[in-house]
Amino acid sequence: MTEQMRVAVSRDADIVTARQLGRELATKAGFSGSDLTLIATAISEVARNIISYADNGEILLGLAARDGRRGVFVVAQDDGPGIPDIDQAMLDGFSTGKSLGLGLPGARRLMDEFEIESEVGRGTTITMRKWCR
Amino acid sequence: MPVPILKQGEVLIASIQAALTDHDLLQLKDELADKIGRFRSRGVIIDVTALDVMDSFATRTLRGIAATARLRGAQAVVVGIQPDVAIAIVQLGLTLQGVATALDLEEGFEMLRRSMVKDGPQ
Repeated sequence: MTEQMRVAVSRDADIVTARQLGRELATKAGFSGSDLTLIATAISEVARNIISYADNGEILLGLAARDGRRGVFVVAQDDGPGIPDIDQAMLDGFSTGKSLGLGLPGARRLMDEFEIESEVGRGTTITMRKWCR
Repeated sequence: MPVPILKQGEVLIASIQAALTDHDLLQLKDELADKIGRFRSRGVIIDVTALDVMDSFATRTLRGIAATARLRGAQAVVVGIQPDVAIAIVQLGLTLQGVATALDLEEGFEMLRRSMVKDGPQ
């Protein structure tokens, strides 16, 4: 269970690549049906967040295992401007102007686990996991 | 990959063939706004059957396309949203409020036909 992939994200076509690879990986992990679409959509949102706010970054995708459960993890990293107020950024409808402000809170609803670390001037790391049902 | 736009009578059909980048979607909006005028179209069908993901950007852009078409005098219908995609859109917290939708191309045509008969010149 060490398989992982790295996708550089610097232009909009990379968003499509990241979510397609994520869907393939999630299929290998044993996900099916609507869960595959939920995972791919969440990847799309965090990848777009990189492009909108940090210009470039990367997405790390991998298989996860915990307590006998299988799943996938998605890490979205950038060294962009960071998020000054994470609680505010996670509110539905909050945006600094480049989107509807539904991307990150939406991605959190699609996945089982969602953690966000950010430091102003240093960048943002979002870690998401979803477990097979 | 640009989206082919077909003309059938008074209706334009944007037939999405594969995953779209943000740029492709914005280009589709511009092209439809232009072609509605050029062909004096009264209806637009956007077939999203081939899309396996519709995220917040795609959903917002489709709303923009429908609103733009309306301002240009044409009614837009989005057809072919896949079941898993519909579930994901709802879970994201998004809606396609204000956008007409139909199950598939056939239903979309029927919807436009009825509305054109109702609204159109005799």
